[in-house]
Parts: sequence; C-alpha cells; structure tokens
Amino acid sequence: MALILNEEAQMVRDTALDFFRERSPITAFRKLRDDNDPDGFSRDLWHQIADLGWTGFLVAEDDGGSAFGMIGLAQVMEAAGRTLAATPLLSTALLGASLISLGGTDDQKAEYLPLLLAGEHITALALDEGTRHAPTQIATTAERDGAGYRLNGSKTFVLDGHIADTLIVAAKTADGTGLFLVPGEAASRTRLSMVDSRNAALIRFDNVSIGPDTMLNGAALDQTLDRARVGLAAEMLGSAGEAFDRTVQYLKERKQFGVAIGSFQALKHRAAQMFCEVEITRSAVIAAASALDQNSNDAAALVALAKAKANETLYLCGNEGVQMHGGIGMTDEHEIGFFMKRSRVAQASFGDTRFCRDRYATLMGY
Amino acid sequence: MPSFRAATRTWLEENCPSSMRTFMPENEQVAGGKRARYVRPEQKQWLDRMAAKGWTAPTWPTQYGGGGLSGEEALILEEEMQDLGCRIPLRGMGLTMLGPVLLEYGTEEQRQTHIPPIVRGEIRWCQGYSEPEAGSDLASLRTRAVLQGDHFLVNGHKIWTSNAHHSDWIFCLVRTDPTAKKHEGISFLLIDIDDPGVRPRPIRLISGASVFCETFIENVQVPAGNLVGPLNKGWTIAKRLLEHERKGIGGISARNAARFEVPLEAVAKQFAGDDNGKIADPILRDRVAAYSMDAHAFQLTRRRAAEEAESGAAPGPLSAMFKLQGTELNKRRYEMLLEAEGFQGLGWEGDSFTSDQLRFTREWLRSKANSIEGGTSEVQLNIIAKRVLGLPD
Repeated sequence: MALILNEEAQMVRDTALDFFRERSPITAFRKLRDDNDPDGFSRDLWHQIADLGWTGFLVAEDDGGSAFGMIGLAQVMEAAGRTLAATPLLSTALLGASLISLGGTDDQKAEYLPLLLAGEHITALALDEGTRHAPTQIATTAERDGAGYRLNGSKTFVLDGHIADTLIVAAKTADGTGLFLVPGEAASRTRLSMVDSRNAALIRFDNVSIGPDTMLNGAALDQTLDRARVGLAAEMLGSAGEAFDRTVQYLKERKQFGVAIGSFQALKHRAAQMFCEVEITRSAVIAAASALDQNSNDAAALVALAKAKANETLYLCGNEGVQMHGGIGMTDEHEIGFFMKRSRVAQASFGDTRFCRDRYATLMGY
Repeated sequence: MPSFRAATRTWLEENCPSSMRTFMPENEQVAGGKRARYVRPEQKQWLDRMAAKGWTAPTWPTQYGGGGLSGEEALILEEEMQDLGCRIPLRGMGLTMLGPVLLEYGTEEQRQTHIPPIVRGEIRWCQGYSEPEAGSDLASLRTRAVLQGDHFLVNGHKIWTSNAHHSDWIFCLVRTDPTAKKHEGISFLLIDIDDPGVRPRPIRLISGASVFCETFIENVQVPAGNLVGPLNKGWTIAKRLLEHERKGIGGISARNAARFEVPLEAVAKQFAGDDNGKIADPILRDRVAAYSMDAHAFQLTRRRAAEEAESGAAPGPLSAMFKLQGTELNKRRYEMLLEAEGFQGLGWEGDSFTSDQLRFTREWLRSKANSIEGGTSEVQLNIIAKRVLGLPD
C-alpha cells in the first residue's frame, strides 16, 4: 500500500487545488448562501468539473469513466474542502456513480451513467432515517406492486436530496434491504436549512410507485458507503488544513502587546499540535483510499480510522481557528467560522466518531 | 525487490534462533559492550550473526561493518523481522545516535576506530548531555574542557546519563570557550569511561530501577583526537544527534505494538469482561479504540514519512513530531493498560500479581520519562512551531 501519491494523482491534486481556488473560492459559497440559491450549488461549475473528468473517477472505462479510483477522487474532494466548495461531488460523482457502477444492470448503467458523467444528472442517496448515521436501521419499505414496487417511509438528512434528478433509496424488501432508483419529483421533499448552509433534505414516500427495472444490487451499498466515508474524510482534511493554514497565518500577522500573538507559547503549542493532527489525518486518508482501490482486507478498518481522524481533526482546527482569531472569528464577515460550521455536519455524515470507533473495534475483534 | 525480500526472509528463518523469535522482556534487551551480560547464549549468537552481515546497522556503509542496504531494503528487512517476530539483536546509543553523527562529522580515523565496534556490539556508548543546571536549556552546560597541548583536561558533572554504569564510552558536550555566546563555545568530545576520573553513579527512579546515572568527570585527560568536528562547533553536531535520538524514541510505540506485546484489547477483555467478543464495558471499549486508532494512524504516518524519504522528497524537520507523538502515545498505552487492569494493575511486587502486571506497573512509570528525555514534549512543540510553522520567537 503506497502512502505517497503517484505522478498522476499528484497532477490531479495540483489541478484541483488551482481549479477550486480560482473558480470556487469561499466567496462563491457565501454567495450561494446569501442568495438562498435554490440549487445550493453552481450548475456551471459542475459542468466544468464534469469536463475535467472528475465525475468519472469511479466509473469503468467501458462505461465512459476513467476508473481512476478513490485516490484520485480524494484529491479532488480535499481541494474542494479547502475552499468549502459546495458541489454534488459526494452525492453524484461518488455515491451515485459508485452505486450505479457497482450495483447497476447494463441497461441501468447505459441509462444513467452518460448523463451523470456529463454533469447533467444529479443523484442523492436516501439512506438514514433517524438523527444519526445508521445504515442498517431501515424502516422504509418497498413492496411488490405488479411488476414494480411501492415505496413507503421517510428519509432524513439526504445530501442534495431536494435537487436530485434521481434518488437512490434504501428500503426493506421481502429479501432484505434493496436499493431503488426513484425519480426525484416522485417523492415529497423538504429542503433543510443546516448550520453549514449546504444541501440536505427530508424526503417522504407515500405509496410511491416505481417501475420494474429500478432495483440496484444492494451489495453495492457497503463498499460505496466506505468510499463516501473516505471521500468525505478527504474533504474534511482539506477544510482542516485550510483552517489551520489560515490560523497560523493570522498568528503571524495579528499583533497584541506589541508582538505577533504567534510568539506566545500558549498558542504555539496548540498550533504545533494541530499540525501533527493534520499530518496524521492525511496518512489515514491516503491509506484508506488506497486500500479501497486495492480491495485490501483491512480497507474497512482503515476507512473507519480515516473518518474518525478527520472528524476529530476538523473539529479541532475549526474550534481552534475561531478561538485563535478572537473576536473577528465570531463575525459572519470573516470566513474562519464557516469551517467550524461545516465541521459539525461533516462529522455527523456517514459516521460520527462514536460510530467509527465502534466499527473499528468490531472489525479488529473487540 | 522481491528477490531481496525472499532472500532476507530465508536468511532470517535459517539464522534467527527460535528463542530469539519470542517476546523480548526488558531485561533481555541486548545493548552490548564490555560489561554485557547475556541471560541466554542465543542472544549473543543472534547478535554475532546479524553483526557479521552488518544488519545491526543495516544502512551504514560496509567499509565500517554496516549492512550497506538502501532505505527500501532496510525497510524490507525490518518488515520481515517483524513478520517473523525476530528480536532486535542490538540496541543502544552507539547505533541510534553516535554512529550516524560520526558518519557525517567524524574523521576517517574516528570512523575506523569507533564504528565497527558499535556494529558488532563490542563497545557500549552513553550520552553526556544534560547537567544539573542544564536540562531543557541544554546549551547552558558548564562541563569544562581545556585544550592543553595534545589533550583536553575535562572537569564537570553530567546527569541523566542513561546506563553510564554499563557503558564503555561516553560522548559529551563540553564547554571549550566560556567567553563565547552559549551556543558557540561548545564542543563534542568522546571520553573513555575506563578512566578512573569518570565516575558514574546510578540514580534510583520512581520505577524502582536505576537506568539513569549522574556522572562525575574529574581531571580527565582526553586525547585531542577525540574531538568530533571543529573546536567550539559542537552545538551543530549536538542538534543533529538529537534529531537521531528523537527518531529513535519516536519509534518506541511502534515497536511496542509488535506481535509479542500483550494486546491492550485482550487485557481489557480479561479485566472488563468479554461480551460476545466485545470488551464488555462500552466506555472502556471506546477508549481502547480511540487509543488504538491514534496509534494506528501514527504508524501510518511514520510509514508515509519513510516512503517520502525514499522517494527523494525533502524529509523536513518531522523528527520532532515523531518524538512528540510516539512518546505521548506510549505513555497513553500504559495509562490504558493500568486503567483496564484496575487494582490489579497497581501492584509493586509479590505473588498476588502476575509478572506481566508487575512489568506494566514499572514500565508505566518508566514511560513517564519518554516525554522528558531527548527534549521534553514542550520542547518538541517549540521546535515544530518555530521550524515547521515559522512562528516568531
């Protein structure tokens, strides 16, 4: 397992860092929020992302993708995390592309993947039903209805749920949990306003009828969720690194008592501690992404590790960022507060630290 | 590399005695030297076999007895040794600290004289850095060395000289110019402990053991040829050696996780109960997982740094980070062990406790020194803040 990036991944990383810095700085995110943008992301930016091929990293070459894998997608998501870019990378390029590629029939792939790759089709995974990520606790049902199915139930905190063209819904069937492709407009959707100003929705299915060829292979879910955890961990690593860099910069610039506040040992030591946490998290994220791409036996444990470390590190860098910026860090005008707000929602998504520790311990046999 | 890996594995399988493929208790660690005592003959046999290949110092040049391996080969050797459970045949400050510094700063004669005996475990070295009045502020040291013709006359008092009473030589920081600024009047000197003017006295520690000494140096004549590097330029060498020391100490936790160590989760199950394979106490289970995950992520980071170094990227001053994280994790590991064991983890001696339990108690106390020796954790944080983050003084 390589823990350093090869030349190709390095190139993706450099391109992505430049791309988001130029095309989607934090001011773009702020504008989406202030305009109360109905989509919550820029369709123009999303097309540019599709043109760069980043929507196809988890799609096989035969299906029009590049199969570059999680190592590549993690670089893009980390770069997006640096500028808090609000895009459907996680909902569509990761979750949608992965579920349809791994679990779709040839017909389903042919129907959805070309649109998805072109940036013309947004997907959302409707999975969790309670207040925490709990992928095995599904009460939503999919009953046989003639040749098709009838869905009943409700889903919470569905990322990009209110704008998805297609919802991928986890529901109980007579044979266990299944995944169903459901047109977005078929469900009743309520956009949630979250503290991080990113997209989430409550979704209800009241006797929603869907056609016969709408079921994906449910076996795709576990691997895809692990990919989502690593992708999100990479995004969080980017946000943590950016919050940290900005804070260190501020420690060098801000003067009190006639000196830069970064000369105070009480702040130096905490900054040094953050540096270590960011570096350690980076190792865990790269290890998990590369283990997933290689289908290593220890991939699931490494994923739990990466998400847990990303949770802790973004929490730390977000909190310390605000504290070390002092009063200015409390203002909406300053950008540092965005990182702390994003931190909490990202932490709760696809496994909080408690979830990840439980999973890691279980996988390690204790 | 597959052929090197296969050949290495075969050689290890053929040459490592089976008793050297078991968990190594503290008292069976081999540090060599003239005063070395071996609990079992296989320890010496294993040392001699590894030393003959230069694999006690795998990456050192072969002309000084080293293994001449590339970084990648050395990593493979380490991995194969870990995989087979081979004990580390030789440890000590000669290997981890003085050797690398002599290779970089020593004269050809100094290398020829001192490095081969280090590789073979014939000479044991200790470190004469700290003094009673020079701890974290190491550069304020006062041990005096006056050049008198062909020798230095040395007088002073060193402290925390680990295992000085078992060592043959001591590498010392001495003040050779008391009028210069404190960092600019220091020299790096090699001193033979056999000189009757060098007197190590063991200090009893909170763990009950005496690994540290204070060492008195009184009117000792040291040949001028034992000066390493230029006169009054010892601080540069001192700092470089500390980088090597930190790297070595930072590796402690990784080694402790090696396969013969009692796993923390097994201890937790034993004392808190086993609920269908889970640690029955959910709070303890969460804490064990939190620790184990941090240790795992740290190991991945050490590995990533090794790969970066191998790929030719500049390593950067990361040694401070490894020292800091490695020692703090090692301390946490022992805290977790004690926590898991309850009262049973707090025995001092006697038959009511198993040997492992007593060992953990002592090692817990010993581990407290990890974040003090070789530069305290606070000093490491200062170094990261200054050299890595560029924060102002």
